[in-house]
Amino acid sequence: MTYLLAVVLGIVAGLLAGMFGVGGGILFVPTLTYVGLSQLHAEATSLLAIIPTVLVGIWRHHSYGNVRWKPALAIGIASIGAAVGGAQVAVSLPESTLRRLFAVLLLLTAAQIAWRAWRSRP
Amino acid sequence: MAYILIGLVAGFFSALFGVGGGVVIVPLLLLAVKWDIRVATATSLAAILITAVAGVVTYVVHGQVRPTYALLLGVPAAIGSYYGSSLQQRVNTNTLSFLFAALLAAIGIEMLVR
Repeated sequence: MTYLLAVVLGIVAGLLAGMFGVGGGILFVPTLTYVGLSQLHAEATSLLAIIPTVLVGIWRHHSYGNVRWKPALAIGIASIGAAVGGAQVAVSLPESTLRRLFAVLLLLTAAQIAWRAWRSRP
Repeated sequence: MAYILIGLVAGFFSALFGVGGGVVIVPLLLLAVKWDIRVATATSLAAILITAVAGVVTYVVHGQVRPTYALLLGVPAAIGSYYGSSLQQRVNTNTLSFLFAALLAAIGIEMLVR
């Protein structure tokens, strides 16, 4: 039952990813903590699950002609060093602090999605 | 220059929270360089691929990645991503957006009070 829910949440995360240009990690992480992983293991594993999700998203969006490759490369490459630093910080933070910070990120993301929908309403 | 700054912020948040970084990239592209929403989401996904690979490699070194669980979520999510991308092109997704926002807010509150 838990795994069925994980699969369903996986699909929902993918929908989010394709629709909003996020990796899906915002739902992967809570789902993985729900199936029993620690916050840190969930975050690490989420990043791996993001890879197939965004590959499919990139393929679809590319076919619609929406991807701008040069800026994407610039953003992606600039992010590498910072990503290594972010992971180091995550490893060194207490589990409960990391979870609370993540919860705040979730709330900000929720507000942002609502704001985007509000802005683009017909 | 703007792209590099966006990348630095996104990379840090991405690895710290195990998310792709799109949560940071998309609003910055919308606000800072005033891109169209579809171009911003598509480009964000391409940037995330690089960020996520960098984050995974770092975490693998620390030994925190669980590949089986990544497959359990990543495969259904790839299917969802296929439909999500198409959906975004064709329909007005406002109602769905508010539902997603409510779902994320609920999980966020649950994690805060847990």
